[in-house]
Amino acid sequence: MTDAAWESLSNQAIAAAGLLYFLALLAHLVEWASLRKVPLASGAAASESVDIPGGVALATGPDSDEAEDRARRTALFGRLGYLVTCLAVAVHFVSLFSRGMAADPNRVPWGNMYEFTLTGTFVVAFLYAVLYRRLRLAWMAPIVLAFVLTVLMVAVIWLYSPVAPLTEALSSYWLVIHVVSAIIATGAFTLGGITSALYLVKARALARGADAESGYVARLPQPEALDRVAYRLHAFGFPVWTFAVLITGPIWAHQAWSSYWNWDPKEVWAFITWVVYAAYLHARTTAGWKGRNAAILALVGVATLWFNFIGINYFSTTSQHSYAGGAPAPISAETLQR
Amino acid sequence: MSTALSTRPPEDDRRPGELTFRELLRWVWRQVTSMRTALILLLLLALAAIPGSVIPQTGVDALKTSNWQSDHPKLTPVYERLGLFSVYDSAWFSAIYILLMISLVGCIVPRTFHYWRGMRAKPPTAPSNLGRLPDHASYVTTEDPEVVLERARLLLKRRRYRLGDGTEAVSAERGYLREVGNLVFHLSVLVVLVGFAMGGLFGYKGGVIMLVGDTYGFANTPDQYDEFKPGSLFQADQMEPFSFSIDDFDVDWLTTGPRAGMARGFQSHLKYQDSLAGAEKSYDLRVNHPLTIGNTDIFLIGHGYAPVITVRDGEGNVVQSGPTIFLPTSQSFQSIGVVKAADAEPTQIGLEGEFYPTVAFSQETGSYYSLLGKPIDPMISMLVYTGDLGMDDGVPQSVYALDKSKTTMLTKKNGTPYRVDLRPGETQKLPNGLGSVTFENVAGVPGGVQQWNKIQISQTPGKWVALTGVVLALIGLLGSLFIRPRRVWVRARREGDGTLVEVAALDRSGGGDVAVVVDELVTTLQGKQREDES
Ligand code: HEM
Repeated sequence: MTDAAWESLSNQAIAAAGLLYFLALLAHLVEWASLRKVPLASGAAASESVDIPGGVALATGPDSDEAEDRARRTALFGRLGYLVTCLAVAVHFVSLFSRGMAADPNRVPWGNMYEFTLTGTFVVAFLYAVLYRRLRLAWMAPIVLAFVLTVLMVAVIWLYSPVAPLTEALSSYWLVIHVVSAIIATGAFTLGGITSALYLVKARALARGADAESGYVARLPQPEALDRVAYRLHAFGFPVWTFAVLITGPIWAHQAWSSYWNWDPKEVWAFITWVVYAAYLHARTTAGWKGRNAAILALVGVATLWFNFIGINYFSTTSQHSYAGGAPAPISAETLQR
Repeated sequence: MSTALSTRPPEDDRRPGELTFRELLRWVWRQVTSMRTALILLLLLALAAIPGSVIPQTGVDALKTSNWQSDHPKLTPVYERLGLFSVYDSAWFSAIYILLMISLVGCIVPRTFHYWRGMRAKPPTAPSNLGRLPDHASYVTTEDPEVVLERARLLLKRRRYRLGDGTEAVSAERGYLREVGNLVFHLSVLVVLVGFAMGGLFGYKGGVIMLVGDTYGFANTPDQYDEFKPGSLFQADQMEPFSFSIDDFDVDWLTTGPRAGMARGFQSHLKYQDSLAGAEKSYDLRVNHPLTIGNTDIFLIGHGYAPVITVRDGEGNVVQSGPTIFLPTSQSFQSIGVVKAADAEPTQIGLEGEFYPTVAFSQETGSYYSLLGKPIDPMISMLVYTGDLGMDDGVPQSVYALDKSKTTMLTKKNGTPYRVDLRPGETQKLPNGLGSVTFENVAGVPGGVQQWNKIQISQTPGKWVALTGVVLALIGLLGSLFIRPRRVWVRARREGDGTLVEVAALDRSGGGDVAVVVDELVTTLQGKQREDES
């Protein structure tokens, strides 16, 4: 296949993946909409409901045929949504892969913001699909899908740029390891952030009394369960982030720029993110900071993470990491003062 | 780890709330080493790091910082006093992380002893009522209690539990290494800091612009650097006595695709000696592939052109000749540079202008620009200044700037600036009998234009300490996050005709799910029974 063919395959695949994510979202919306008509069994049912892998469980109400039908249909749409999501993730991967094959020489698909965003959303969707059963993430489906879909649309519409080779400083296998781990951690933290946000919503609704709970929120797992899921996502993300930002990043920086830590804005913000998540982990074990404050810290962490990704790339002119503008300046400004 | 004051009633007749000095110290210490303080200090550290990413930092980009400072004359003195131009070695930033480290030590050391005792302790005996634990299960069997217990011991041992004594119940515990992991993590943070500090104090970093060609050499002494930044405890005798020259420099220029014109695949062919009398070796220096000599690393971080320009004065004497370093200002290597001929007669001559590796003319702006970084059709275009270049005042001048305050710019009759536009091998006579300028064609280099490389040289002592520190921290962190400490108890006792077996488990990390552990254990215990019986 020619490079141009790979590139257009990549573009078609991302469009297809977008469509599939959209269909999956629709399926889950139908699932949740039909759940509305099913009564909540009891307070406990909400947390029980996620216990059935692969779907949102239902109240076992009066044994009428209609209720059973509805239950079957709901479960069906839940499963359908999950299957289509898996398919979308696979097609999404095809897009990434062919993006890398389209470059000459072939390379990893993260040379610019478009490719980063494509990879980032892939990791979010992939982690969600993989952890779906293990962490019982059925309740997260509409949010994750809406998120991935929106970000993908932004990427395709505003960030698209044609395939180009990497600048010299970026072609290093340390870069591959560094970026893979940074993106994986970003995916985990993003899912963690979503969970923490829902924790806050749920806890608030509970505090206001059962009346305030309705629809989607009512069927979210109990705050304790959400807190545990958030913790496990963050506990997975934190070491990966440590590896990316404090081990492979400095090794690569040392090779490319002669000093392993430069206090470059990108590094500063990666460090800030690291410190905030360290604080989150501490908060979970500190009386008075458990729960709500910890969840807020997790959201602050995600904010710093995404600010680093978006804000620094676009607004910082000092960062040697500004991929947005293409190749880095051919010479550092230091040279100018001799 | 409690943050509250001791609640013991005062022993003497002091009023409540009054503290002796020692109690006050102890109270302060307890505050400083509390988890809550660590948490707040962590957040403060994150907050304190922000200004350095917004305000230009001297240590990161000195030029940008001084530009910013001249643009903001009012703010500059205030910022300077607050250390905002070098946040990361300012007193307040240091204060936060030093406090954090004190807090860390104060928190970790006492815990070490605590863990040490815990590490060696036997699992505690089973609580009297296992049914009270949140995760428990029971079943009735016909086996003897001893048989069940023995089987449980075996199973738990195989799952690497540590077993306690106790005859009527088995108590078992695993996951002791979690605490160790946590300790290792926190102590490693200190190791990283030490490594980082070593680099800052004992290391140095320097840069030099080297002309390509075996006639230009570099010997590693401070005065050979263009810029040299030693750490505060750096000693000149740390510098290794190596020397090198760049014999040749290759660049692959992309000619097609969206990044056409971009350079990649830089290679500097170095010849070097790692000591004064050492044998000559060669190395291909590339981006991301530094050369390491002893403790020193040598990096290729930039390149550019140095057109060889010869200036003859009105009397026909060569007053300036040689490669002139032009600094690139764009990706297509449009570059700026100056030539100073202070000895020219009858008047000093200064040239200032641009170099274009592949020149093109823009009708829109009415000026030249560079199409490509590759030297296909190189040209210089310079303005001419005559008068006093200010080089005799004894004030050091930048070689990249002309002091034009006491000069006049040459103009044509119609008043437009007079330009010297030259391609390699061409000479242009200056008007008014001032002399001439030649752009020499250098044989054997691309486009006939001499090139230079920016070489960065640094010693970073402690980098292995820091790296070891983070790797250890990561390992410790993995242990601390993923080792699930838990206790399991199995009790079996006669009840009626059969034996009642109770199993319970307790997760000690808060986050684990031990219901599965209980289920699995019960299933295996019963399964084994069937196996044994059949
Ligand atoms: C440089 C500053 C520090 C960093 C980066 C840091 C980081 C961490 C991290 C990431 C954890 C999570 C491990 C887990 O959840 O099991 C943790 C746990 C812990 N940290 Fe720190 N820490 C720092 C300072 C301190 C200080 C000063 C103290 C003492 C006051 C402290 C006490 C603890 C304790 C007790 C835990 C255990 C929590 C648990 O078992 O879950 N840390 N620390």
